[in-house]
Amino acid sequence: MGGAPTDLKLIDENGRRIDGRRPDEMRPLKIEAGVLKRADGSAYVEWGLNKVMAAVYGPRECHPRHLQNPDRALVQCRYNMASFSVDDRKRPGPDRRSHEISKITSEALTHVVFTEYFPRTSIDVYIEVLQANAGTRCAGLTAASVALADAGVPMRDLVASCAAGKVADTMVLDLGKEEDNFGQADIPVGYVPRAGEIVLLQMDGDLTSEEFDKGLHMAVEACKKVYEVQRDALRRRYTAKGAATETAMPSETDMRKEAV
Amino acid sequence: MLTSDSKENTREIVVPGDLLAISSKKAGPGTYSQGGKIFASQLGIKTVRPDSISVVPLAGRYLPVTGDLVVGKIVDVGASNWLVDINSPYPSPLHVNEVPWRVEFGETRKFMQVGDIVLLKIVAVDELKRISVSMQDHGLRKLTGGMVIEVSPSKVPRVIGKNGSMIQMLKNETACRIYVGQNGRIWIDGELDNIVRAVQAIKMIEDEAHNLGLTEKVKEFLEKSSNKGA
Repeated sequence: MGGAPTDLKLIDENGRRIDGRRPDEMRPLKIEAGVLKRADGSAYVEWGLNKVMAAVYGPRECHPRHLQNPDRALVQCRYNMASFSVDDRKRPGPDRRSHEISKITSEALTHVVFTEYFPRTSIDVYIEVLQANAGTRCAGLTAASVALADAGVPMRDLVASCAAGKVADTMVLDLGKEEDNFGQADIPVGYVPRAGEIVLLQMDGDLTSEEFDKGLHMAVEACKKVYEVQRDALRRRYTAKGAATETAMPSETDMRKEAV
Repeated sequence: MLTSDSKENTREIVVPGDLLAISSKKAGPGTYSQGGKIFASQLGIKTVRPDSISVVPLAGRYLPVTGDLVVGKIVDVGASNWLVDINSPYPSPLHVNEVPWRVEFGETRKFMQVGDIVLLKIVAVDELKRISVSMQDHGLRKLTGGMVIEVSPSKVPRVIGKNGSMIQMLKNETACRIYVGQNGRIWIDGELDNIVRAVQAIKMIEDEAHNLGLTEKVKEFLEKSSNKGA
């Protein structure tokens, strides 16, 4: 790839990466489910410096009508990066990259959702990247599958996602921004842990087949960890809810206003 | 009703993909089976019964089922039908033949307008999820006055309670007229103070639907709030 500043050492003498991680270490991951009140389901993911929000609406009537399928639901996905999510302002609106990510994400999710339960409908998934630091498609897919489960959409399993790549001739897990920009390869993986299926696999850069196998193995193992965090987030949504509901109850004065 | 809250004291929350059992039991709603194993397909509470295993969902859309009583809202008026929103992913047209009045062609607007609330029954749902609704049955009618609130359709069984115990208690304690649609819409009419109390109680049921001893708790709340008002 080249273009790296000559003094930038992506991996130091001790085998540590630029942010102090070991090659097989993931960035810290935090997931919260049910963060948006008006969406049917939602999730917020903080993955290192990535901040991603996902919202799910539906199943609902499919618009435009010509897209609807008489015997199954359509999973429509929109991946969008906020203009302030990167260092240089990103020109808002869909572009080639976000189209591609939207497409692969909806294909990955379609694979796990029981679409045949909801003929003629669409399930709309919106992924908003609030802050980007490499690996947003993985973070987006991870958030989207938690949001789908939170919306009560029947699905076979959650999709977990993580990337691996090659940096300074070493295979590493979950690339950060500098590693992504100046590294040699990047493989995002979407994985269905229970069935052991891969629903998303891309590769940017060149790898030997041994390197690829190693990277894929690393990413799949990481996906299993991501999966546990996802499950925990969904369970927490209901077990820790008791305390949070107090404030959510409408006050008597609000009610009066609404009734009058 | 879907669950009996008295018998069960383990309320395990399951996530899609969780293994529920390896057995030959029937995979009930909210689950699916694969290779002799039963997995959860929805976020919900695991429920084990002698012959089947199911998951009572904690969220989800309303899917129309034949025979359901629903509270609908008129969203469009045609020459010979009304289009009713029943809070499901599918539109449901109400034909003039299915209402209790004799309606001449083009005079639909004289009977019901956009925004009116109606109590309906789902007569048929075919495999393409085309819905027929009717207003021609005992107790089905246009609902005037009152207010409509929405709860998650998955919580409707808890609002009604076992054999209607919860809703009966609500009606008695608040002296309100209440209709609970299976689609999660609830129509309430009565005195303003009582409506306020009923709505708060229903919100409480919705928030704590997965907890035990709910009826008692709600009753306590209602009694307390009526003393305060007096």
